[in-house]
Amino acid sequence: MTAIPLGVPRRLVEFTLDGQEARVPEGSTVLDACRAAGKDVPTLCQGDTLTPKNACRVCVVEVEGSRTLVPACSRRAEPGMEVRTDTERARHSRKVVLELLASSVDLSTTPGAAEWIRDYGAEPDRFGPGAARLDEVPRVDNDLYVRDYDKCILCYKCVDACGEQWQNSFAISVVGRGFDARIAVERDAPLTDSACVYCGNCVEVCPTGALSFKSEFDMRAAGTWDESAQTETTTVCAYCGVGCNLTLHVQDNEIVKVTSPHDNPVTHGNLCIKGRFGYQHVQNRG
Amino acid sequence: MRERDRIPKTYTRLTHPLVRDSRDEPFRRASWDEALDRTARGLAAARGSFGMFSCARATNEMNYVAQKFARVVMGTNNVDSCNRTCHAPSVAGLSAAFGSGGGTSSYEEIEHTDVIVMWGSNARFAHPIFFQHALRGVRNGARMYAVDPRRTSTAEWAESWLGLNVGTDIPMAHAVGREIIHAGLANEAFIERATSGFEEYRQLVEPWTLSLAQKVTGVPAAAIRELAHAYARAERAQLCWTLGITEHHNGTDNVRALINLSLLTGHVGRYGSGLQPLRGQNNVQGGGDMGAIPNRLPGFQDILDAGSRLKFESAWDTVIQPHYGLTLTEMFEAMEEGSLRAVYCIGENPAQSEADSEQAVRRMRALDFLVVQDIFLTKTAELADVVLPATAGWAETEGTTTNSERRVQRVRRAVTPPGEAREDIDILCDLATRLGHDWTYADSEAVWNELRSLSPDHHGMTYDRLERLQGIQWPCPSADALEPSYLHGRLWEPDPARRGVRAPFGLVRHDPPVDLTDERYPIRLTTGRRLDSYNTGVQSGSFASPLRRGEYIELCPEDAERHGVVVGEEVRVASRRGSVVAPVWIDLALRPGLAFMTMHFPDEVDTNQLTIEANCPIAGTAEFKASAIRIEKLPAVTYVR
Ligand code: SF4
Ligand code: SF4
Ligand code: FES
Repeated sequence: MTAIPLGVPRRLVEFTLDGQEARVPEGSTVLDACRAAGKDVPTLCQGDTLTPKNACRVCVVEVEGSRTLVPACSRRAEPGMEVRTDTERARHSRKVVLELLASSVDLSTTPGAAEWIRDYGAEPDRFGPGAARLDEVPRVDNDLYVRDYDKCILCYKCVDACGEQWQNSFAISVVGRGFDARIAVERDAPLTDSACVYCGNCVEVCPTGALSFKSEFDMRAAGTWDESAQTETTTVCAYCGVGCNLTLHVQDNEIVKVTSPHDNPVTHGNLCIKGRFGYQHVQNRG
Repeated sequence: MRERDRIPKTYTRLTHPLVRDSRDEPFRRASWDEALDRTARGLAAARGSFGMFSCARATNEMNYVAQKFARVVMGTNNVDSCNRTCHAPSVAGLSAAFGSGGGTSSYEEIEHTDVIVMWGSNARFAHPIFFQHALRGVRNGARMYAVDPRRTSTAEWAESWLGLNVGTDIPMAHAVGREIIHAGLANEAFIERATSGFEEYRQLVEPWTLSLAQKVTGVPAAAIRELAHAYARAERAQLCWTLGITEHHNGTDNVRALINLSLLTGHVGRYGSGLQPLRGQNNVQGGGDMGAIPNRLPGFQDILDAGSRLKFESAWDTVIQPHYGLTLTEMFEAMEEGSLRAVYCIGENPAQSEADSEQAVRRMRALDFLVVQDIFLTKTAELADVVLPATAGWAETEGTTTNSERRVQRVRRAVTPPGEAREDIDILCDLATRLGHDWTYADSEAVWNELRSLSPDHHGMTYDRLERLQGIQWPCPSADALEPSYLHGRLWEPDPARRGVRAPFGLVRHDPPVDLTDERYPIRLTTGRRLDSYNTGVQSGSFASPLRRGEYIELCPEDAERHGVVVGEEVRVASRRGSVVAPVWIDLALRPGLAFMTMHFPDEVDTNQLTIEANCPIAGTAEFKASAIRIEKLPAVTYVR
């Protein structure tokens, strides 16, 4: 056998995290270090399979010597850095971000949002009921997934997943600027008229449920969606030889949605239409 | 335009065994005991004239048990699966060159290569997640070349599209090879050290000048030259192919012609340089690895090798026939001759997937006994004497499958199967017991551990480890080490003893498609896949894909105009074997004289009525990619409203 390439050796970076020594491999972000140390830093636009976008600023921390607060999700750890995650200033900033988001966007299906709002004492109502909401109805234009832009926090994860970071279909984009900026499919077309190939990779990364599987959307509407009654089992797609890993979410012996493990070497969390949606045949029970 | 039934037939799950007492009667519900007794009787009467159709979509464990059933219980090597209709030529070609039939690279390597050649592969549609890895390669700076008769959406990502005429892959490959040699770009050190037959190869390709190749393939000489130079000059290059190469009457030769290019340039056996046949079914690789093929025992060990036979004979306490069994193709021929009388068909649907499907059905009807084990009452199951309801391999069964990068991964039971459906292994073991062999496996892991004890390539893969590492690529002989992600690194060893057997150049000649076009059948029909559908549509037909629009005959705008047909208009498509009626679709990916159809909607348009059963003599794969057809306009229909 020939020698096995080991790749570039990685060094460890030493710095302090809330006064304690922290060591992480070179290239790690402050967020990686926080998570490794078991610290709960909220994140919304960070995606473990995507390049950090720094859009939401809910993850900010203080770094000694830095004038502004620093987004933990994108700042790489540097030797000697002194990071404080839980300062008054950082907490206040997160609180305001949460208030702004929660006043203008429906965060009811965003995992973690309710706890963070409570923990940070955020009061979204203080902007009054007139805070800008899109107030539009969810778009149900196909049988596979639904877009509910009332829940969109403009994190751009879906744009990145559909674009050059993964799928390269470029069906999803941002239209408008500033306050008018919003996510759209080809300048507001129905999905069925777009370049969308229904891989569902945008749904996989959406942090708020603005994009959701139709199965989940329908069950929520009917009041039957119950995550506590669901099991998650990872198996392998049977539709081609690529061998994508599928996590089947099962409730009452029915597959209710399919995701993929983000750290999987085959998929990196992505699937194609067949793997994501092609499960119905096993439960055609006559 | 006439209205067609656009909703694909949906199948409902089989929930209990079905039997019938004669072929003229309908099925009736039976108990497992009755169904298995009937099956055992049917099979016992057929010792010596039996064939097993194993399943390239089921687990490794099931394939292992199925081939063991054929070899031990039925005493035959007649076991095969639908890999015969797709990638058998890749296995045959790769093992002839390197002694092992697996693709040589991992997916990750294509992200770190310099040149990617997609030859006869619309990976963007057929292998989308592999294509994501390829696109990462392109984003990292790799140049991609697409060699395909159609200008597919894969080709849209390529630096250059080489739109060759169907069935001219060998002239193209030989011209590329000749150009590499003449330009002084061949890797002489590698050729000299690790290959054999170069001089004969050089003479073989010498007539294939760029201008002759241009004439035969229809691709401009400059484009062929550019591909040759890019591939040969690249530090690392990946050559990927799928059924556009294999589904020809000379599929194995096509594969050899491509492998020659890797031998010429040394693009094999190194990280980032390799050969990647992308498999169409989830476990085509594993089915073969498990010995569910007529010439290999589990672990891809040759049946003709007495040492290997002995190992299995003592482990299984049996005698293994010292000769190759029949391939799927040969089994169908043996049905015709009457020398194959009973078939056990697991999870396959040959009544719709075989080329010239009417003939396949006629042959299966003539069997004395047919048992089908499946999750649906497929067209094939409708022909059976006994139908056994099984669990879905990927969602209701524990086990493993092996993907195109040779990665063995765990599949798991996530839902409870319907009714009385039972796992394939369980059914097979029950039958074996009825036929006098006491087979009990506690679970799939017990089967896997038996396989591990007999296959050095799988020895180090315990279930625990597979789980922990999210799959392991073979070979994996040791339980505490991992091998490189690519195969055949040995070819680069300085020490001849460790370098091992030389890789021979394949001396293959151009042989045009069997079904020639002429004035009566002037159009070349080629087949392939669409993104959202799968094979005969039995499974993929059940989900509500917004992309699905049923079956069409796709033509280029010029051909549509010449025939005076428009989108949606129904036409008769006729070949020398049969005809079907299908609506027209215009596709700019096609060129004049080239039409395209799929096999996804056989209940609507049975494309395989048109295809030809001209088989690759080495691998037995039929020439699905090249039929000669004509388009007939149907008389106008006047609707009375
Ligand atoms: S739809 Fe979801 S993923 Fe896309 S920008 Fe909005 S919140 Fe982010
Ligand atoms: S998800 Fe798509 S690419 Fe992946 S194995 Fe399934 S069919 Fe193949
Ligand atoms: S999670 Fe860090 S900026 Fe959004």
